[in-house]
Amino acid sequence: MFDFLDSGQYDLLGAFWVTVQLTLYSAAGSLIWGTVLAGIRVSPVPLMRGFAAVYVNVVRNTPLTALILGCSLGLSQTLGITLGGDTFKETGFRLAVLGLTAYTGTFVCEALRSGINTVPVGQAEAARALGLSFFQVLTLIVLPQAFRAVIAPLANVLIALTKNTTVAAAIGVAEAALLMKEMIENEAQALFEVFAVFAFGFVVLTLPTGLLLGWAAKRMAVKR
Amino acid sequence: MSTVLYDTPGPKAKVRNWIYSAVFIVLLGLALWWALGLMADKHQLDGDKWSPFVTDGQVWTTFLIPGLLETLKAGVIAMVIALPLGALFGIGRLSDHAWVRVPVGAVVEFFRAIPVLMLMLFGSALYVQYSSVESEIRPLYAVVTGLVLYNASVIAEIVRAGIQSLPRGQTDAAKAIGMRKGQTMAYVLLPQAVTAMLPALVSQLVVILKDTALGGAVLGYGELLSMSRQISANYSNTIPSLIVIAALFVAVNYGLASSASWLEGRLRQSKKSTGAVVGVAEASDLATGNNSVG
Repeated sequence: MFDFLDSGQYDLLGAFWVTVQLTLYSAAGSLIWGTVLAGIRVSPVPLMRGFAAVYVNVVRNTPLTALILGCSLGLSQTLGITLGGDTFKETGFRLAVLGLTAYTGTFVCEALRSGINTVPVGQAEAARALGLSFFQVLTLIVLPQAFRAVIAPLANVLIALTKNTTVAAAIGVAEAALLMKEMIENEAQALFEVFAVFAFGFVVLTLPTGLLLGWAAKRMAVKR
Repeated sequence: MSTVLYDTPGPKAKVRNWIYSAVFIVLLGLALWWALGLMADKHQLDGDKWSPFVTDGQVWTTFLIPGLLETLKAGVIAMVIALPLGALFGIGRLSDHAWVRVPVGAVVEFFRAIPVLMLMLFGSALYVQYSSVESEIRPLYAVVTGLVLYNASVIAEIVRAGIQSLPRGQTDAAKAIGMRKGQTMAYVLLPQAVTAMLPALVSQLVVILKDTALGGAVLGYGELLSMSRQISANYSNTIPSLIVIAALFVAVNYGLASSASWLEGRLRQSKKSTGAVVGVAEASDLATGNNSVG
């Protein structure tokens, strides 16, 4: 039934490995970018707050496909930015990570911002009474507590990101969805089997993420 | 809360904030200048690349407006089909009978774990092999199928959350006056849950509209984003066309998202209702993967 897997014609594990790599690089990037954005969004400088708010609202409401296509058609093919990638494959991968990071960062920022709201007011007030600056209040007192409160929402963002990496197929990154498209065309008689294999792959990727981070969220939650 | 993070600026802090603002403007200006310079080098800022969007009405009538209508069409059809299906699944998951609850739960969890793009690809291949849908409208069928399969399961979770957000007393009162389970659901719980989940449903529509763009990029559905290729083929203005199209998407989606949070605010304040709301933020958590989270 699943004999199309034995032919050696398709690099199934390789494709899913690219999906995992896309997820990990974009997750790291968007965690950093999202934290910076959240910091800017609650900063005392009105201009910077405004910039972060506009960025988040614009990017969040743009289709991810448009961002990734924009990276490929706009940045790379028109403006000649390759992000240091030597081959077409390498450049495509990096552009996809860039697009995914820009997009997912907004969701991380919003999750963190709601996490900041869960930290009791007294914490920041006490920190200010000690004479800590805004940056110190944020990085030493508020963010560490906020992060512990948003593990579960961030897990959801990570799961969504894992699924969103398939959009990279639109610019030809050889990840799972692109291989699935190819296999559906070649193995038309085994359509349901092909779909089952890829669906299983994604369940395997997302289920442990949810369980592990769900457990971590409970363990790390601040007891109040 | 955010204002608790820093003191109200005094004279010193005000000066410091002005300096930060100035530095930020300079940095932003430099980045913009670099980007614009790069674009100017590749002739993406030339007047004739942008003027079609203002002077040439045909760009709007042949590309942008039909594209936007196709996007809205796929989105609305998907929403209209997914809504009753999702309601059915959502109620099924709350059933007292395990033989209904468990299989429905499995279906919902399965389709929430799979990327929409894969569902669209699967739908497309399904229509090629097992139906006589003509190839011109096949992309629409495939896009709507993918969107319905995914969003019905998300809506199922929204419906479930909506019903569960209602106070326990509603069910108790219905039971006390002798209503059967079906009556309780139809006359007491659902009508209130529909109001409670309205903000979440509107914000889900934004997700659907954004996802239609996938159909344009991968299945050749003629929606708004795919029009950028056609416009730039005529005017060789890749970047301007992408920017204009992204702006259209942002305008529509931002409008929908703002109305969702406006609705949420109104419902939370309203004194008539039970105060049960499935908010925008909860909807985005429900939209992804695992129920086991949190």
